[in-house]
Order: sequence, then C-alpha cells, then structure tokens
Amino acid sequence: MRRRQPEQVTAGKVAEFVTHLTRTVVTTGQKSTVPGVQVCLDVAGEDWGKAAEIAAEHTLRWSAAWAEHLSPDFHVVCLLACSDGHCLLRTRLAEGRPELPSQMPSFPAANRPERHIQDMFGIRFTGHPDPRRWTRHQAWSAKEFPLRKDFPLSGSPQLKTPPDCDYPFVPVSGEGIYEIPVGPVHAGIIEPGHFRFQADGEDVLRLEEHLGYVHRGVEKLAEGRDLAGLARLAGRLSGDSTVAHGWAACQAAERALGVEPSPRALALRAILCERERIANHLGDIGAICNDVGFTFALVQCSRLRELWQRNNAAIFGHRLLMDRVVSGGVNCDISPEHLPELFAEINELRVRVEELMPMLLEYPSLQDRLRTTGILSVELAQQLGTLGYVGRASNHQDDLRRDAPYAPYDQLVVNVPAYLEGDVAKRTRVRGDEVLVSLELLEQLLKSLPEGPLQIDCGPFARCCEGLGLVEGWRGETVAYVRLDETGRVMRYFPRDPSWLNWPALERLILGNIVPDFPVCNKSVNGSYAGHDL
Amino acid sequence: MNGWALAVIQAGLLAFGAPFLSGWVKWVKCKLQCRQGPPPWQPYRDLSKLFQKEILLSDQASPVFRMAPYLVFSVTALAGSVMPTIAVGLPTSAIADVIVLVGFFALARFFLALAGMDVGTAFGGMGSSREMMVSSLAEPAMLMAVFTLAMTVSSTNLASMIVNLLVGPVQLYPSFIFAGMGLLLVTVAETGRIPVDNPATHLELTMIHEAMILEYTGRHLALMEWAAMLKLMIYGVLIANLFIPWGVAIALTPMTLAVGLAAITGKLLLLGVVLAVAETGLAKMRLFRAPQFLGLAFILCLLGMLSHVILEVR
Repeated sequence: MRRRQPEQVTAGKVAEFVTHLTRTVVTTGQKSTVPGVQVCLDVAGEDWGKAAEIAAEHTLRWSAAWAEHLSPDFHVVCLLACSDGHCLLRTRLAEGRPELPSQMPSFPAANRPERHIQDMFGIRFTGHPDPRRWTRHQAWSAKEFPLRKDFPLSGSPQLKTPPDCDYPFVPVSGEGIYEIPVGPVHAGIIEPGHFRFQADGEDVLRLEEHLGYVHRGVEKLAEGRDLAGLARLAGRLSGDSTVAHGWAACQAAERALGVEPSPRALALRAILCERERIANHLGDIGAICNDVGFTFALVQCSRLRELWQRNNAAIFGHRLLMDRVVSGGVNCDISPEHLPELFAEINELRVRVEELMPMLLEYPSLQDRLRTTGILSVELAQQLGTLGYVGRASNHQDDLRRDAPYAPYDQLVVNVPAYLEGDVAKRTRVRGDEVLVSLELLEQLLKSLPEGPLQIDCGPFARCCEGLGLVEGWRGETVAYVRLDETGRVMRYFPRDPSWLNWPALERLILGNIVPDFPVCNKSVNGSYAGHDL
Repeated sequence: MNGWALAVIQAGLLAFGAPFLSGWVKWVKCKLQCRQGPPPWQPYRDLSKLFQKEILLSDQASPVFRMAPYLVFSVTALAGSVMPTIAVGLPTSAIADVIVLVGFFALARFFLALAGMDVGTAFGGMGSSREMMVSSLAEPAMLMAVFTLAMTVSSTNLASMIVNLLVGPVQLYPSFIFAGMGLLLVTVAETGRIPVDNPATHLELTMIHEAMILEYTGRHLALMEWAAMLKLMIYGVLIANLFIPWGVAIALTPMTLAVGLAAITGKLLLLGVVLAVAETGLAKMRLFRAPQFLGLAFILCLLGMLSHVILEVR
C-alpha cells in the first residue's frame, strides 16, 4: 500500500501568469482591486478564450465563473487559482451582443458553469462544444433569463411545470447496449438528480448527469437582501455545508466593506467549520461502507456523528450549526466551563476514530469492494480541478487552509492528506485522516482562543463595493462573490460550491466500473445537489 | 385422514412462521450492531399493512405481471408443504422428492424473472438478468449437494432421507460436511442475503431480488415478500432437518410432535443467528464475485460427492 504523498502544489504563480497575459492579450490595462484576490484583470471579450489558454499553460486551476448584469453591460468573471493566491479575470459585454469565446477548450471544468451563465443571462459562449441547457429545466422558457435585472423576482410561473422529458442525452448505440435512467426520484431519501447510464451488460460505457432539480433561484433571492439576510440565505444553500457557505458569504461581504471580525469571532468560525467537517466526514465514511452492505461501519459512524451533533446543539445551539455565522462575526460563544467538555469530546472521538479507521481500512471483505473501484487518475483530477477529498485521493492537494491561509488558519499548520490511487478506498481514507487533522486543529484553536467581541458592526455603508470570500469547507474550496450597493443591500451573490468541480469527476471515474458499483462511487464523491443547483 | 390434517397444519406453520424467521434474523442483526431494532414480529405488521393497501399497476403491465405474485407464492407454498418440518411419514412427503423441490424453486423464479421484465423498467430487467445469472450457477451446486445426500442415504425422497439418517447408526459422513457447507453457500445466494444480495438496501442499481419486485404494490408486493421469506424458511428447514435430523417426529404421537416442533424451532432460531452473524461480518461482494462464490459452493458439493464415492461406498 502506498503511503501519504508529500506536500505538493502544482499551479503556477500569479505574477508570472499576469506578466504573460498582459504581454500577449489585450487587457484594458485596468487592474481593479477586488478584496480577496491577488489581482483582478480586465480582459477584452474576444481574448476571453485566449486568456484561459495562457492560464492553462501556467497550470492554473480553473475555479469558478459567474456573470453579473450591470446595465448596460454584462460582466463575466472567472476565478483562477494559483499556487500563491487567486486571480480574477473580468470582461464586459454589451447587452446587445452577449457573446463570448468559451473557456472550455482549455478547462473542461468551465463546461457547466458557462452553461449556467447561458441559461441565467442569455450569454452565448462561442466554441462551447456542448451548448445544451443546464440549470433551466421547464420552469421558465428559453427566452427568459432570470438573472437579468428586468426579470421580476416572482418570475412568471406557469400553473403547472411541464415534465422535463426532452433533455437530449448523448446517445450511445450498438448491439446489446441499453440505457438505465436513474432518478431524479430515488428509492432512498436522498437529494434529486438524474443519472443516465449506457451499459453493455453490467459495464458502464457512459454516464451522464442531469442536475438542476433543486434549483431554488438562490442568486435571484439574494438580490436586495441586507447582510443578515444574506448570511441566512447562504447558510441554507446546502444543509451540510451551512458553516462553509455562511462563512464564505460573510467573508466576501466583510472584505468588500473592509471590516475584519475580531480574532475571537474568526477562531470560533474556524471551530464551527472544523466541527462541520468532522460531522460530515464521519457520516460519509459510514455511508460509503453501508453502500457495499457493511452496516457495522454505518452504525458506528452514525453513533459518533450523532454524539458530535448533540454537542453542537448543546454548546452552539444548532445540530448542524446553521445560522451561527453572521456578518461581522458569530452569534455563539464558548464559555470557559464548556472547554473541558470540548477537550474530552475531542479526545474521545480521536480514540474512537483511531480505532475504527484502521479496522475498516484493513477489513478484507470491505476493502475488496472499495479498492480499485472508481479510480480517478492523478492527471484527470488535475485536469478537472477536483477539490477536497476527491482531489486529495488523487494527489490534487489544493487546500486553502494551507495554500492561501485566511485567519485564523494563518496561525496554524494544516496537514493535507493525499494519496495517488484515487479509488473509493482512498477517498474514504482521506476523510478519516482529515477528521484527525481537524481534531488537532480544534485542540489548537481551543487552547489559544483569543478575546474580542463576537460580532462587530459592518457599517457604515457609503459606496458600491465587491468582495470575494474563499473558505475551505468540508467538500473543498468554497467561493462566494458579493457585491453590495450604497445602502448595504446585496446586488449580486454568487456562491460556488465545490460540487461544481467534483460532479464532472464522477462521470469519468465510473467508466470501466460495473453498474452496481455506481452507488458507492457516487457516495465517495458525495457532491451536493442543492449547492450545485443554486 | 389424521396424516393429511397434520400435513396441512405443518405447511401452515411453515408459511406462518416464515415472517418470524426473517424478523428474527433482522432482530439479531440489529442487536449485533448495537441497535434497538424492530421486534421479530415486525414482518407480520408489514405484511398486513401491505395486504390492506391499494394495488397500483403500470399501464404497461400484462396479465403475467398480475398473475406472478399468486403463482410465485403458491408454488413456494407448495414447495413448503412437501418439507418434512416437524414429522416424516406424512402423506404430502410422498408426493415429491428433493429434485421436484428444486424444480418448484425454478418455476417460481421463472415467473419472478418474467414479472421483473414485464413492465419494461430498466431496474426490473436488470434484476431479472442478475437473478438468472446467480441462479444458473446456484442450481447445479444445489443439485450436486442433493445428489450427494441422495447417494449416501439411497433415496431422493426427503422424508425417507431423514428416516434413514435417524434409524441408521450415528456416524460422521465426510460427504455430508462438504455438501452441508455447499448448501449453506447456495442458501445465501438463493435467498438473496449478504454477501450476494442485500435485502435491506435502497440502492436500485445494486439490487437483485428487490429490483425485480420494485414495481409491485399492495397485496402483490405482500405475496412476493412473503414468498421470499418462505423460501428462506424452506432452505432453513432443509439444512436443519437434513444435516441435524434429530428431533423430527417419526411416530405421530402428541409427544413426538411437540418435540419435533420444539426441535425445528430451536434449530431455525440458531440458524438465524448464524446467518445474522455472517451478514454482519461481511460486506456485499462485487456482483461478478458471485460466480466465484457459487463456484466454491459447487466444488464443495462435488468434493462431497467424491468423498462419498471414495470413502463411504461399501
């Protein structure tokens, strides 16, 4: 068995990329500053694809893309991750001619985000090899673009949404090949999503995901909210990542306004975030084992998770830690008498996990199922820019807590577990390792809990401002872009869940596996449907 | 007349005891996993609930789909009625021998697989194809085990097999040990237990037996599930009474019958514990490991046959 991989960052440097870009491509010369990123460059529309090409040459990681309607222009923004920070590219398009070269030829990860922009704004991406609709199902027509400013918040709902039955899945033909449609309604209580398999016997030839069934219009709903409302909305984007999204949104707004919460509030946010990570990883380890019929692990992990979440409720006031992160800080605290209890809990869990994980990882009948199942190669992980445990199992290590540390992680050493195999077993193992790393971080955070106010006032609001929040949630890098108007109301909120980059990996890693192994592969990736569908 | 009445009672006990055995296995599993778990009689509640529920039929369903639950259940119940559960020497056991028993199971499976494919959903077809793959490998192993036993006791009739074992001198047959192990593996595969199939899963893509009955509702579903429980019960009785025959009533007196009932109950409960322990300790196999698993079962049964020929033929 191969061991943990040494620390490794593959992406190029910001400065080199910027020099190369400004030399080759017509930039308008403007370098606006967006708090949260190293540099923000304005690129001419026609150079959009070329800029991506250069970024790919420098092995930058494509992280997110979103658009914004600022009449009379559309702004399209793309976020690139470098080894020493993040870099924004921005371009302006006239309302009359919303066309832009696609970045997908250079970065396959841009596929769905660009289609999302196309459905939401009506911006056409030329040279996009797959311009089918993505987020738009049948709830609004192809001529309506919900995120344009002239689209009313209430929309124009039909009395009854027609069934979404004409999505053109890519066909595969041949003798004996059959299609298996799965979902969006499943036999278990899980989120809705459609999977279309083309199989030859039990061998998967092709898998196509069709998501968007939990689209709630989060981006539109955010418009006009105040900061408290934004934090509440962000916390409800995906229930299992409520702290990560809440923190990212608040961080973006705070950076935009140029305020920084007290060190105590930031440490408490990190404690909440690590607690969320531990709870979800525990749940996932059990669920992965349960998907191959090994109930013992599910029961053990569920028990640990339940005890952990009960303490969440007892100490922080919510089992899932929802609405604990608020703009300007947090609204919960750890009183000194709770500290011994928290340390004891951490020690107890560490003992349990150190006992349980080696057992699961060496259990023959379980490992027979998990090893060599659903392999995501190192190259593919890098090419797709997969995040979190999915990336780390394939040695794509990016972890914001280590690579681009934000307070309070800049004071801490974060170990990032990484492996080469990229199979289900390693994705399970990374989770177990991360639980232990998080427990250590929690201990350090609790030992040196600084003093300070829990929440500070974010006002006064005077000008239109924007900011980017970047938080390492339990699924990976969680991004939030926020633009506020002069009165402190949200003009644009775009959250990017790590699932955007991990879902496409599932389509690839399932190839060469058999149909009955799909559930465990899916669980090992565990993308968020709600976080992706927005 | 007395014999017929007893036979009917015995078949009834088998059918009505079957849900308890399934519930018992589930209950023991829950206890092994430190869970509260539903009581062992929960399957009775589930079945009675399903019997009261409305039947929903797909527009695509043909009469085969509607007939299949009744056929599958009655064929399985018929198979149960020829089992010498409490007593041997009942008139029903003369009707059929163990090869017919295998035939009954094949007939039930045929209709089950047809029903799975009938409505044309992807899952049903997938389940049917997997079921046929598993059973095509399980059946030869099962027959090989049966032949080994038949050669040892010089009969294919279940009742006379048990009688011959009971009246003969107590001795250890190596062939029985091999055949017994082989039959245990076949039982696991045929009744859809871990590690071949997972009866508790909600993941459509991994199912075998459950995939075939996904489209069933109400009474139909109840019959299908009851038939599956009955099948587990029959295999349990088969193993219990062939390999540990002591306690089965030969003379039909109230005393021997009571002992017979107590004996089979005890044996089945014990067997349920063994099954639960195995299911808790193992993860489900990858689907394409099933042939190796059943290959092992076949080899064990073959070894039983060979050891009989080499060691036991006088």
